[in-house]
Amino acid sequence: MALINASSPHTRGPVDTGMVMRQVIYATLPGLAILTLLFGIGTLLNVVWAILVAVLCEAAMLRARGRPIALYLRDGSAVVTAVLLALALPPTAPWWLTFIGVAFAIIVAKQLYGGLGMNPFNPAMVGYVLLLISFPVAMTNWVGGAPYRTPDVLESVFQFLGHGALDGLSGATPLDTFRTFAGNADALDRMIVLHGRWAGLGWEWVNLAFLLGGLYLLFRRVIGWHIPLAFLAGLALPALIAWQIDPLRYADPLFHLFSGGTMLGAFFIATDPVSAATSSRGRLIYGALIGILIWVIRTYGGYPDAVAFSVLLLNLAAPFIDYYTRPRTYGHERAKRGAGS
Amino acid sequence: MLARLFRGGTREIFDFPGGIHPPEHKSESNTTPILPGPLPSQLILPLNMHIGAPARPLVQVGDKVLKGQHLAEGNGAVSAPVHAPTSGTVVAIGPRPIQHPSGMDAPCLVLEPDGEDRWGDRAPLDDPFALSPGELLERIAEAGIVGLGGAGFPTSVKVSLGDHQRVRELIVNGVECEPFITADDRLMRERAADIVQGIQVLQYLLNPERTLLGIEDNKPEAAAALRAAAVGADIDVRVVPTKYPSGGEKQLIQLLTGKEVGSGGLPIQVGVVCQNVGTAYALKRALFDGEPLISRITTVTGDAVARPGNYEVLLGTPVAELLQHAGVDKTRLQRLVLGGPMMGFTLHNPAIPLVKTSNCLIAASTDLLPEPEPEQACIRCGACADACPASLLPQQLYWYAKNDDLERAQQQNLMDCIECGACAYVCPSHIPLVQYYRYAKGEIRIQAAERAKADRARERFEARQARVEKEQAEKEARRRARQQANRAPAAAGDNAAALKQASLDASKAYKAAVKAAKEAENRGDPDLTRYQAEVEKRKTAADQAKAAVRDAGKAAPPSTDTHPKAEADLKKQVADASAAYKNALREAKAALAEEREDAATLQSRAETLKAEADRLKAALRDARAGQPASAPTAAPDPVEALKKAVAEASSAYKAAVKATKEAEQNEADDAARLRAEADRLKAKADELKQQLRDAKAAAPATPKAAPSPAAAAAPTTTEPAGAGGQASASDEEAAKQQKRLNALKTAYKMAHKQYKEAHSALDRARRDGAVDLAAMEARVEKLKSKADHTRDALDALMDETKASLLAHTGKDLKTLKLDAARAETALRDKSDELKRLRDTADEDTLKRLTSELGTLEHDAHLARRALKQALEEHGLTEE
Repeated sequence: MALINASSPHTRGPVDTGMVMRQVIYATLPGLAILTLLFGIGTLLNVVWAILVAVLCEAAMLRARGRPIALYLRDGSAVVTAVLLALALPPTAPWWLTFIGVAFAIIVAKQLYGGLGMNPFNPAMVGYVLLLISFPVAMTNWVGGAPYRTPDVLESVFQFLGHGALDGLSGATPLDTFRTFAGNADALDRMIVLHGRWAGLGWEWVNLAFLLGGLYLLFRRVIGWHIPLAFLAGLALPALIAWQIDPLRYADPLFHLFSGGTMLGAFFIATDPVSAATSSRGRLIYGALIGILIWVIRTYGGYPDAVAFSVLLLNLAAPFIDYYTRPRTYGHERAKRGAGS
Repeated sequence: MLARLFRGGTREIFDFPGGIHPPEHKSESNTTPILPGPLPSQLILPLNMHIGAPARPLVQVGDKVLKGQHLAEGNGAVSAPVHAPTSGTVVAIGPRPIQHPSGMDAPCLVLEPDGEDRWGDRAPLDDPFALSPGELLERIAEAGIVGLGGAGFPTSVKVSLGDHQRVRELIVNGVECEPFITADDRLMRERAADIVQGIQVLQYLLNPERTLLGIEDNKPEAAAALRAAAVGADIDVRVVPTKYPSGGEKQLIQLLTGKEVGSGGLPIQVGVVCQNVGTAYALKRALFDGEPLISRITTVTGDAVARPGNYEVLLGTPVAELLQHAGVDKTRLQRLVLGGPMMGFTLHNPAIPLVKTSNCLIAASTDLLPEPEPEQACIRCGACADACPASLLPQQLYWYAKNDDLERAQQQNLMDCIECGACAYVCPSHIPLVQYYRYAKGEIRIQAAERAKADRARERFEARQARVEKEQAEKEARRRARQQANRAPAAAGDNAAALKQASLDASKAYKAAVKAAKEAENRGDPDLTRYQAEVEKRKTAADQAKAAVRDAGKAAPPSTDTHPKAEADLKKQVADASAAYKNALREAKAALAEEREDAATLQSRAETLKAEADRLKAALRDARAGQPASAPTAAPDPVEALKKAVAEASSAYKAAVKATKEAEQNEADDAARLRAEADRLKAKADELKQQLRDAKAAAPATPKAAPSPAAAAAPTTTEPAGAGGQASASDEEAAKQQKRLNALKTAYKMAHKQYKEAHSALDRARRDGAVDLAAMEARVEKLKSKADHTRDALDALMDETKASLLAHTGKDLKTLKLDAARAETALRDKSDELKRLRDTADEDTLKRLTSELGTLEHDAHLARRALKQALEEHGLTEE
């Protein structure tokens, strides 16, 4: 009888990191489907391409760092990073843009920091910001000029292969448009792109799809409710107040909630556990601050959307938040928090 | 929903944070009634089936014992006895592998059942409540009852309260939250009435304001049975939702009362006492039926046994036999867990016995309990923090434990971790978190222990330093006092004349030197400077001698101090004069060799110097003669000292024997050491006794005064016969003296050692926080004074010996040494001379020289021997 000698507990829960990552990818599918429907297959092409690049980069880096490649690839974190980054890119992004972003995210933002669990910043957002700063035109070139039209497969493939922007296909996002014409009632009225149900043409559908995926993640307990709820509240509350004060100058809360990368950010980006705060109370603060920061940057900043910047800034603050939000341990009068502990 | 039904209206159930819901796996073993366990071929009964000191065996190998008989008794405040689970023969007492994560051996009693299962005396109580709580506690302790839920803490200790302690809630734990285990479940279903009786005993002992019985909502049958049995009793059966680890003591207290036990504290501090239902049942059996704790209900489950269920097993039943009894399929058995799947540990040796705390045995294949998966990176998902019932941040603790940052881990309250395993259970990266925490906790404990050890060592060292310094100071003070005492009788009067003479001599030497220098100057000697140096030296000597005379004159009548100074001065003068003579002689010899004109003058000067040196020597001798030896009667009688030492040693030995016996009875770890100590003390005492006998034999000679000065000079005379004769006369005396000296030395060494040991024992006791130190302090003082006393006696005897040596030989050791050295020099000079003159001198001269050489050789030999004898016989060592 060769008996196993192991430390307790002798039984494990069914949850597995690889499984968690797979759930995240499944949850992005509705969003991906809507993006493809509305903006052509550009996003789909980019997602597939990004996965390929991410896995190759991850494997190469693991090999260079002398880690077991199969074991670490199985956790699926590289694929998640790739998918999230590709979803955030414009559907018109050419292959090299995706390549640079994904390679930088995996090689620098993740593996050079020590791999999964060691990266202080959300790798997908680091890649995104790199691209946004380096290639601002390509990064803000969204399909959906006026008049609104979905590119066909061939057009998307050409875009992907880098054969220039196609006239009449590209334009600004509703967020960008609103920011440009804020305060000008006539102009705002004329912008067709803003005439969607709540948040501009098509975008509410994208965000609803990501909300659906996020609710699935919540239901499967892959993520907790703290960060998304605080995130959305942190964004909606200032928007509501400002909108009440001056509806012409400030967009309404629904517009903020359902345009741009709000839902993707709230359920998929900010909830990245590695770079987020860890305690429940810390997560509330973390999520709320991201939401507030998004509203501030969207309203007063120079960039059309702000999910990536806000998440990265709060990634920076996460250890600090954790430091001051430790829970009170059983049997202790008070929690040990801050430098005094 | 079911839970709410059972909870009832106003009854409050609190919640605790975290917790998990692993698959329960209860139905495998809780559908069949409790079955009797096997009667194994051997029962292995560890002496330590509980928390606390191991029990002390009362039986010997070969003893026939009856069921329920005391095999080992509790040892100390926190301990529990061991009883025979069945009738049979004790076949071995010794180390056997036991239930311990490291698989270590521990002392066990091995009982071979005779199959008759015959009970010994049983003393059931019809009405235990007629007894006083104290008597009941005694019976509970005698029955060997310990907490059957987990740790095995002796129940009698746990339910005896301090004066100031009040119990608000008695909590009876029937939660049994770990998966797989159903022992309490079946017990509650089948023997609820017995449990209630046991709880009533606890109520009688603790007098709680209320009694709460917690039970998980996955055991409705057990809850119903208990409710039915508790009708009329003041027991509040409360159903709590199924959640692991709600059966943890702290968690159950929180669930039922909302109270938290302070970090590092005990439940009684918040007015709560927790007892397991199994313990309550054991109390009933012990008091109402008179049956000590000799069996328990153990769940056998897992997919590698054909008949899972609950078995009432005899304590000491080997795991292998119970598995056999339950129909184990060895080909399927891959993981064997003692305890539950969350907190139990794996066994690799099925020979180990089941003990009082063994509640479950899981025989599993890897289908049921798979091999641990490889550890992946922590993704800080926080699932562990959500699961932690103690509200810790397991992922942070994991970082710190992994990086050996123990300080930070402690800061994050690592020590509050109850090792329930909920965090590791939920970890998606398969990190064995509990293992990391156990490691870090172990390291912290080791470090704390090492720090404590280092502190103790430092304290010990400092205490020792202080003691040694104190002793040194005292010794020095004693030495001074003795010197004063010795000097006092040495009258300075006699010395005055000698000093004057010495001064005169020194002046003369000085004048002669001046003369010599002048002559040298006149003849233009190249070595003029040397002569001048010589003059200076002489002058200084003369001045010193004069000063000595002056001092002596001033201080003469009362002084006790001038004498040594004068003697020292004299000595110096003698040495200087000798040196001057030697120099002059060398020069004269050189002059002679060169056939210089002044050779004759130089020769005469040398003669003069020699005469002076001799005179000085005589003066020194005279001065010394005036200094009598210390009064031997002043010294304490060495025999008395020895007697005392013997008495002390004997009593120390007796005390040690007593301590050893006690230790052996208590099975204390240090019994062997104490025994060795006692043996050593005995040997010492014997040795001392022998010495006392020797000293007594030598004693009659003790008061004898120093022999006549005439005899004293003998050893240094040139006649060998004289020396030999004298030696025989003084040998006996010297031998006695030496024996006494040795005896005293040993006595002192021992007394000092005893003192030191007592002193360090006192230090130890102080550190351990012993209360009654007065007796120890008194003993230390006593031993110290004894050591001092012996030391005084020894010092006195040393002085006496030195004095008697002086009296015998007229010389002290230094003089003897000087004599020997001088004789050697003379011999060497003579042989040099002979060599030089061998070719030139005539036959007569050579003959004369040869005979002189022979004489000198003899002298040197004698001087050497005298010195050696003096050293050997008197055992004097320069301090």
